[in-house]
Amino acid sequence: MTTTTTTPSSTTPSVPVVLGTSSDAVGWTTVCHVADLVPERGAAALVDGQQVALFRLADGTVRAVQQLDPFSGAHVMSRGIVGSRGDAPTVASPMYKQVFDLRTGRCLEAVGREPVDLRTWPVRVEGGLVMVAVPVTPSAPVAAVAVTVVDPADDEVTP
Amino acid sequence: MDTSPREDSPDELAPPTTGPVDGVIGELTEPKHPGPATETPGTYRAGMGASRHLVVVGGGMVAHRLVEALRDRDDAGTWRVTLYAEEPRAPYDRVALTSYFSGRDASDLALGTPDLWDDPLVHLVRDTRVTEIDRAARTVTTVRNGGSGPTAVEPYDALVLATGSYAAVPPIEGSDLPGVFVYRTIDDVAALRGWVEEAAARWKRPVRGAVVGGGLLGLEAAGALQALGAQSTVIQFGPRLMPLQVDEGGGEALRRLINGKGVAVRLNTSTTRMRPGRDGKVRRMDFADGGRLDADVVVLATGVRPRDELARAAGLDVGERGGVVVDAGCRTADPHVYAAGEVACIDGAVHGIVAPGYAMAEVVVDRLLGGQAVFPGADTATKLKLSGVDVASFGDAFATTEGALELVHADPVAGIYTKLVLSDDAKTLLGGVLVGDASAYASLRPMLGRALDGDPGAYLLPEGAGSAGRPATTLPDDATVCSCNNVTAATVRGAVTEHGCTDLAAVKACTKAGTSCGSCLPLVKKLVTTELESAGITVSKALCEHFDLSRAQLFDVVRVTGLTTFSEILTKHGRDGLPQGARGCDICKPVVASILGSLDTGHVLEGETATLQDTNDHVMANLQKDGSYSVVPRIPGGEVTPEGLMVIGQVAKDYGLYTKITGGQRIDMFGARLEQLPEIWGRLVDAGFESGHAYGKSLRTVKSCVGSTWCRFGVQDSVALAVELELRYRGLRSPHKFKLGVSGCARECAEARGKDVGVIATDKGWNVYVGGNGGFTPRHAQLLAEDLDTQTLVRTIDRFLMYYIRTADRLQRTAPWVEEVEGGLEGVRAVVMDDSLGIAADLDAAMARHVDLYQDEWKATLEDPEKLRRFASFINAPTTPDPSLAYVAERGQVRPATPEERLASSDGSGPVLVAGTTLEVRR
Ligand SMILES: Cc1cc2nc3c(=O)[nH]c(=O)nc-3n(C[C@H](O)[C@H](O)[C@H](O)COP(=O)(O)OP(=O)(O)OC[C@H]3O[C@@H](n4cnc5c(N)ncnc54)[C@H](O)[C@@H]3O)c2cc1C
Ligand code: SF4
Ligand code: FES
Repeated sequence: MTTTTTTPSSTTPSVPVVLGTSSDAVGWTTVCHVADLVPERGAAALVDGQQVALFRLADGTVRAVQQLDPFSGAHVMSRGIVGSRGDAPTVASPMYKQVFDLRTGRCLEAVGREPVDLRTWPVRVEGGLVMVAVPVTPSAPVAAVAVTVVDPADDEVTP
Repeated sequence: MDTSPREDSPDELAPPTTGPVDGVIGELTEPKHPGPATETPGTYRAGMGASRHLVVVGGGMVAHRLVEALRDRDDAGTWRVTLYAEEPRAPYDRVALTSYFSGRDASDLALGTPDLWDDPLVHLVRDTRVTEIDRAARTVTTVRNGGSGPTAVEPYDALVLATGSYAAVPPIEGSDLPGVFVYRTIDDVAALRGWVEEAAARWKRPVRGAVVGGGLLGLEAAGALQALGAQSTVIQFGPRLMPLQVDEGGGEALRRLINGKGVAVRLNTSTTRMRPGRDGKVRRMDFADGGRLDADVVVLATGVRPRDELARAAGLDVGERGGVVVDAGCRTADPHVYAAGEVACIDGAVHGIVAPGYAMAEVVVDRLLGGQAVFPGADTATKLKLSGVDVASFGDAFATTEGALELVHADPVAGIYTKLVLSDDAKTLLGGVLVGDASAYASLRPMLGRALDGDPGAYLLPEGAGSAGRPATTLPDDATVCSCNNVTAATVRGAVTEHGCTDLAAVKACTKAGTSCGSCLPLVKKLVTTELESAGITVSKALCEHFDLSRAQLFDVVRVTGLTTFSEILTKHGRDGLPQGARGCDICKPVVASILGSLDTGHVLEGETATLQDTNDHVMANLQKDGSYSVVPRIPGGEVTPEGLMVIGQVAKDYGLYTKITGGQRIDMFGARLEQLPEIWGRLVDAGFESGHAYGKSLRTVKSCVGSTWCRFGVQDSVALAVELELRYRGLRSPHKFKLGVSGCARECAEARGKDVGVIATDKGWNVYVGGNGGFTPRHAQLLAEDLDTQTLVRTIDRFLMYYIRTADRLQRTAPWVEEVEGGLEGVRAVVMDDSLGIAADLDAAMARHVDLYQDEWKATLEDPEKLRRFASFINAPTTPDPSLAYVAERGQVRPATPEERLASSDGSGPVLVAGTTLEVRR
């Protein structure tokens, strides 16, 4: 076979929809159907020009943190392993394995580095749709923190 | 352009005689700290605040221990030390010299840490001999080897003679012929090895070797000759082997064992001369009884003599049979001159083993610092370091104590002779001889001079025999556990209870126990485990906060219960009292995924298992630093057709991928974006490629040389075997990645011994080595079995791998596993070759299931739209590339832009970046 498709079951354009109910100057962008998200696995989304990592947890909650991994400078957080530390639902960076609390973005395990937290976004699930809160006045993009870390234990690049 | 299709062409090799030899010598000789080595002896250096100057003559094991101990204890820095070493290298582990042949890593011969030689108060002068001592002036004269350099005179406040011994050369005609060697230094063994390899290449038949001397050293040398592929005959003057250590009964059992190893033994034989062949090299040995023996190489192992010539010339007393006479404080008659190690004659005796020398070194240091330490007496316990021949002797092995009782257990069929020497009331252990099964050695030796618990006879039974087995001994605190390093049971226990060591490695580092000959390791390990247990420190093998079990335990649980989902495994076997929402983590999830993978070889992306996987396993590619992935199709045995190469080339070109040949003999394509992976793999799978599992903790590659099909030296078809093995073990999930290698002859072009499993062709079949790896802590693989036919070889590897998969810790590679698993390498051999645990059939069945159920993960994924969903770059823009990716061109390919380049490019001052690698995509 030669044809390969990568189309998810539903795609919703990421047009910010300002909902009148919000007291702050916050708009809710509909990103996808909750059914598009695999429980306990992340997915990246483009929200308001920013890369966001969405996670659907085992209990059905959806969380959003920045896709940028502050320790490696790559946009990969959605590809980390979801789990828990104590009560906290967590994601571990797939790059250098720092662990973050998905509720607050707090860095719980910095793996020998200075902890850096992740930005989080409020998320709503309504009528099977996942919506992420975006400020009506766009915020400055999260600055990329570029770092190089050598991890001798993980020499995956040499097959 | 070089059109040679092979990278492992033997033509590129240095001739075998110099290649390996240079390798090892180079490593140990290479001045790590060129300063001291090249300086003129006697030059003053920084750090000269110390008021007193110690000169040590000789750079051997005892000198090393002395300097180490001095720097450890002399906190005030009252002494600075100059060490003169005649050999061109820093002190090394002479005890382990023979391991040079079995290819343990050369740097393993290094002693201690190299920073000792960086210490400003320590000055190592290599390649330099002390030629004279002027005791009146308190100076030594030194000369650099080669004789060309100037002599220098160096004053001392204290002098230590640690010149060791030289190998005795018996006055036999012909002992100076080329091809006759002694066995004492790295240079000796390197020359011996070169000679044998050259002879093998020249004669195209097995090299005939002979060893004169049937003591400990002679037997070690005979084993070494054999390891080099030579035949070997031991010629012993006396009526039995190892006469100093074992009695008659033991000697006979030993002879049979040695014969069983394929080494011939001639007892009661006196060599009268060695005769050259027409080429002037040694060719034949003549014996007093009229017999003769053809020999292309002869090793003389007839004993050592103390190097006491400096002391003699300086008018110091020497013992009757040589050796510098010292008192219990290791001092000679001259209060400024000490002697320690093999050169010293203490209590009227010269000791040819390292433990008493180390004890002397400690005494000298204590004295130098004003203490009153005395030599505690020598522990002469010895254990032969010859693989497959278990011999140990300790204490009063010949029952010379008045009224001593001997308790003997002999089993000629099993080749076992064991004897305990007990006091007249049959309670106190005085000594022993263990031949054929020395497993009790480590626990018996520290009991010397103490009452044994229970029936002494029980100690002589083979390990595990009878329902009771051996009595468990509680070692008294002051019992010496490691005699090489004089470490007591209390010290080992203290390492756990006071210094917080929680594993064997930490205890070794902390106490030095087990760091020399290693024979005490089983006991040290037992002590450590007991201590940890009783201190309530469960040796935490717990995986993570979610599981108390170790990986090996979890593996058993999953295998026995047949559970197949993480949720169930966590609920039923997770730690007690986990919070409600506990969901595992990045540690336990991949472990469970790997275990499930090893057990039923379902697709790695099936159902819940998919959520357990690391991103690499999840998208079946290797995550790179910028978030893109690399793609590695399997190229079994490194064999690829031109058509295959063209497909890879075209794919790389179309997707703008950076390509690089890997160390595993295949091609890695970098810079593939998540959403491109299915398309790229679609093309590769169409062309007949399959996943290379470069991303998994699983088999990577089976590296091979070109072997007998093309290579003029090859004796077996290494490529065919490599392909067979790679196809057999592909996709096999394991505690860590593992690699195999196959070489077509002993030249080892495939570097198989650097692999977890290395196979090297012999005339008769295959030798298999296990436990090698490169990387952070390189290890050479150790010989597991010899001359196997292909079928037995495959079965052996099957079992080895399955046993490893079942019992290793998380991320434990085969080398540390072999060290830690029950019984070490011997234990592995027993399980794999002799089915000592009765699990071989089970292991075989597990491997058969793996081979049956194997499927290509990528092919299966491409056929399943559900699985393909995970390759969307964004859930709401599935084909939009990650906008942050940026590349620059370098040497005709792309590489990720550095942060500086990104900045420079955004303000217009830097290079133009390629956004992603989309531009090149051809549809
Ligand atoms: C193959 C082999 C296996 C062995 N196995 C064991 C074993 O299993 N267990 C055990 O306990 N022991 C074993 N031994 C013995 C052990 O190696 C020695 O007891 C130990 O090395 C003695 O240490 P040393 O420092 O006294 O002497 P050495 O290690 O011999 O060191 C003396 C050094 O001094 C140098 N030197 C001599 N004269 C001068 C001079 N004038 N100027 C400068 N330098 C000089 C020499 O070149 C040498 O490097 C083995 C020995 C060999 C060869
Ligand atoms: S057969 Fe021997 S010499 Fe030839 S390539 Fe293989 S290992 Fe090297
Ligand atoms: S007894 Fe030799 S290392 Fe411990």
